[in-house]
Amino acid sequence: MAYKRNIDRLPIIPADAKKHNVTCHYCIVGCGYHAYTWPVNKQGGTDAAANAFGVNLAEQQPAETEAWYAPSMYNIVKQDGKDVHLVIKPDRGCVVNSGLGSVRGARMAENRRSDKTGTQQQRLSEPMVWRYGTWQPTSWADALDLVARVTTRVIDKDDEDDLFVSMFDHGGSAGGYENTWGTGKLYFGSMKVKNCRIHNRPAYNSEVHSTRDMGVDELNYAYEDYTLTDTIMLVGTNPLECQTNLFLNHMVPGMRNGAKVIIVDPRRTVTANACEVEAGADNVLHLAIKTGTDLALFNTLFTYIADQGWVDSDFIAASTLQGDVAVPLDEAHPAALGSFEMARAKCKMSLAEGASITGLSEADIVKAAEWIAKPKDDGSRRKCTTGYEKGIIWGNDNYRVIGALVNIGLATGNIGREGGGVCRLGGHQEGYFRPSDAHVGRPAPYVDQLIIGGQGKVHHIWANDHYKTTLNATEFKREYNRRTNMVKDAMDAHAGSSREELVDAIVGAINAGGLFSVNVDIIHSQIGQAAHVILPAVESGEMNLTSMNGERRLRLVEKYMDGPGNAKPDCLIAAAIAQNLERVLREEGRDAYADQFKGYDWKTEEDAFMDGYNSGNPEVTYDRLRAMGNNGVQEPVVGFENGQLVGTKRLYTDGKFTRHGREDGKALFCGGEWRGLQAPGKAYQRDNFAFLINNGRANVIWQNWFLDKANDFVSDRFPIPFIEINPDDMAELGVKAGDLVEVFNDVGATQALVYPTPTARRKETFMVFGAPNGAQGNIVNAGTNELILPNYKHTWANIRKISDAPASAADLSFKSMEYSAG
Amino acid sequence: MDRCDKLVDVGRRQFLRGGAIAAAATATAVALPAAPAKAAALARVDYPLNRLGNVADLKPNEPLDVAYPDENAPGVLLKLGTRVEGGAGPDGDIVGFSTICPHKGFPLNYVAADRTLNCPGHYSRFDCEAGGQQIWGQATQNLPQYALRVDEKGDIYAEGVDELLYGRLSNVL
Repeated sequence: MAYKRNIDRLPIIPADAKKHNVTCHYCIVGCGYHAYTWPVNKQGGTDAAANAFGVNLAEQQPAETEAWYAPSMYNIVKQDGKDVHLVIKPDRGCVVNSGLGSVRGARMAENRRSDKTGTQQQRLSEPMVWRYGTWQPTSWADALDLVARVTTRVIDKDDEDDLFVSMFDHGGSAGGYENTWGTGKLYFGSMKVKNCRIHNRPAYNSEVHSTRDMGVDELNYAYEDYTLTDTIMLVGTNPLECQTNLFLNHMVPGMRNGAKVIIVDPRRTVTANACEVEAGADNVLHLAIKTGTDLALFNTLFTYIADQGWVDSDFIAASTLQGDVAVPLDEAHPAALGSFEMARAKCKMSLAEGASITGLSEADIVKAAEWIAKPKDDGSRRKCTTGYEKGIIWGNDNYRVIGALVNIGLATGNIGREGGGVCRLGGHQEGYFRPSDAHVGRPAPYVDQLIIGGQGKVHHIWANDHYKTTLNATEFKREYNRRTNMVKDAMDAHAGSSREELVDAIVGAINAGGLFSVNVDIIHSQIGQAAHVILPAVESGEMNLTSMNGERRLRLVEKYMDGPGNAKPDCLIAAAIAQNLERVLREEGRDAYADQFKGYDWKTEEDAFMDGYNSGNPEVTYDRLRAMGNNGVQEPVVGFENGQLVGTKRLYTDGKFTRHGREDGKALFCGGEWRGLQAPGKAYQRDNFAFLINNGRANVIWQNWFLDKANDFVSDRFPIPFIEINPDDMAELGVKAGDLVEVFNDVGATQALVYPTPTARRKETFMVFGAPNGAQGNIVNAGTNELILPNYKHTWANIRKISDAPASAADLSFKSMEYSAG
Repeated sequence: MDRCDKLVDVGRRQFLRGGAIAAAATATAVALPAAPAKAAALARVDYPLNRLGNVADLKPNEPLDVAYPDENAPGVLLKLGTRVEGGAGPDGDIVGFSTICPHKGFPLNYVAADRTLNCPGHYSRFDCEAGGQQIWGQATQNLPQYALRVDEKGDIYAEGVDELLYGRLSNVL
């Protein structure tokens, strides 16, 4: 039976409850919510005067009412040390979501740690060190002293290459401007750590080098552009599931205003179905290309649009480079960049070639070109808003594919204008403010492979879980376990030793090839099982936190509850590490180096915000952001007038492109010709294994799976990751709905539940990514695109049955996920 | 835009008219509680015991509109034709659900072909053969299902609901 809470009544929010601004911290859309809190021994009433809504709650409320909240929006938590009721419900006044809640954000309250209701007991509440053969709780002082004493043994002034760092760079969740600054100041300011990586990729780099090199920031539009455009083009993205309220609150109104939709995706998603429901099937063009052939499609579209003369010549003349090549192809630039004509020559591809490579019909490619760029009957230009995401970011030939897509946007004058934009749809919110990372270099070091190769001595990890979400994960885990176990063994052998003896033993193990692992996280993660010191962090709402969303909308989440135990904001943990490093270095007589770790006397996250973000954006303060509420202000902030921060609705409205740093403000085109599967080892897998293991996210299990593995509603639906398989393929494999299968290839193996999917093409499966109990990354090979961008999407493997459905999956629904009107 | 507004209007009309729809469809089926339920003094809501229909009223895979626990809470009775966990009646195949989407309160439509309830508002889907499990969607709870009892005369009674109903902070108002 499906999970039911058997809750038939909830406490009513009293009229005098405290109300806090909250931006959902899960995905990049950043929906507005309000957190209401009130003392645990009080309650509101059904009379209008006795509740926060001012309505009679003894009556049934209508659809879309503000005066209702689901059990998932309620909890009992600590605030200033006292128990309070907590309700977190969507904010109708927020222009991002207009009162809509997603299946993720609308469970924020239920996903807070509560010692009263028992939710999220997995949250870390105190530091732990490896001691007596397991992890033992300890004080911050003890844990940080050990971290500092081991770390200072492997770093020195101007020589920090043995310290490896994995650190988030995003907003929301436990990221945000405060925390990226705290970690950034430590590793890029006080130190110059080169061997570092980001939470979702094995190097410290951009995911979208080419658009930036072309002068175009990847978040250049406003969400309202979807409602103002003639055509919505969605490439390698599934916004109904991954940016839900961007789709529901902006794309759907755009379709109802008459926008057509082009979807480029080898897989039919629920997004495609919903677009057909909203726009009508005739107004939706699903280009189900052969996987990985996006570049051929975009180059063909670019060629055809240019040949038809459907380009914006005035825009090209005024805003893009004239001449030939501005940036030649080299190790740091996987394609030449330059003028429109240069790119046109490089990218030239006929309809026949394009159709042959992509598997599409020429007619469909022409139709797409017309929907993007063919002038209207009255001669006016057509507007097109383009959104792209991991299908091409984690797909084939990242640099050239994204460049080719931006080419189309530039050629048609669709960047910097209403109803335009060529933008990432994004994962987390953003919230990046750090000292320069120029010392890291380009291409950046491939950190996971260096660790596998035995490099690095101390590893600081900030909310990264390589074990679930990296590529080549089978080998990585094996090697990481081996190296960290060497240190655990040494620590076990020195139980009862003095601190000095223990540090010597650890350093001995490190010098023999071991790795000392410090894990900062909100939960005891899978890679955290290998850690020697575990430091507990808080996340959004347990601290004040600022981030910006996919249209650069900056908001302050107000702290509405205490963090678990003595967990701290990451920025203050980074400060404490810096202070301990300074202390130990001084003890060791290394004063000049110790001096580099001054400047962390922050008491609060607001101090870190002022030290970092405010130093570059002096108009922006907590008080001013608080006053801007859940609508915040769109970055860049350009002033403060009449008590309001003044922002920027969309970038490049003046036709000057700046992201590449060129003083002339001219955008560059990308001249990248089609060259097949670019990353090493991909073609081999394709030719030697039966099934494409396409992969990505699903609505209910998105990037909040780390919390949701302890959420009954979610784990009841998908206790194990699913893999969508065509029923005819299932018959050949001899598997039924819900069967547990092993997915295996030349680099590893993983597991999933079979979800019958008639719309899946034969031999093309789709597996959910990032699962705690079936990591898709186990079977992704080590080969990356240039500039070290993983290509998760192009993975091939064989499939065999492990068992019938486990008990946890026996009663699941395996019906189609597509809405039907009946 | 128009379509959206209309959908919302449908929802509102249905609420405003309350049990009118349900009553019209099942004129003899809805029995109101003899006295208002006492909700105030107990730890759990005191559900009314309502007769929603008779086994003879049900045809396989044809929804019967009902309302529970009061006329402002539309729902449906279904005879699925195959025994399911939690099913009532001699064949163990009778189930009852709220038909208001627990996401934003839109009225659900029944798709007989795969025995699902579907929401035109934001495309959520619930499986009537799996306890109302949300197959896909935006609701943060599975579909509220009725606790049903069938007596020796074939009368079908509802005696409770297993999730909070949309639009009310107490299932019995």
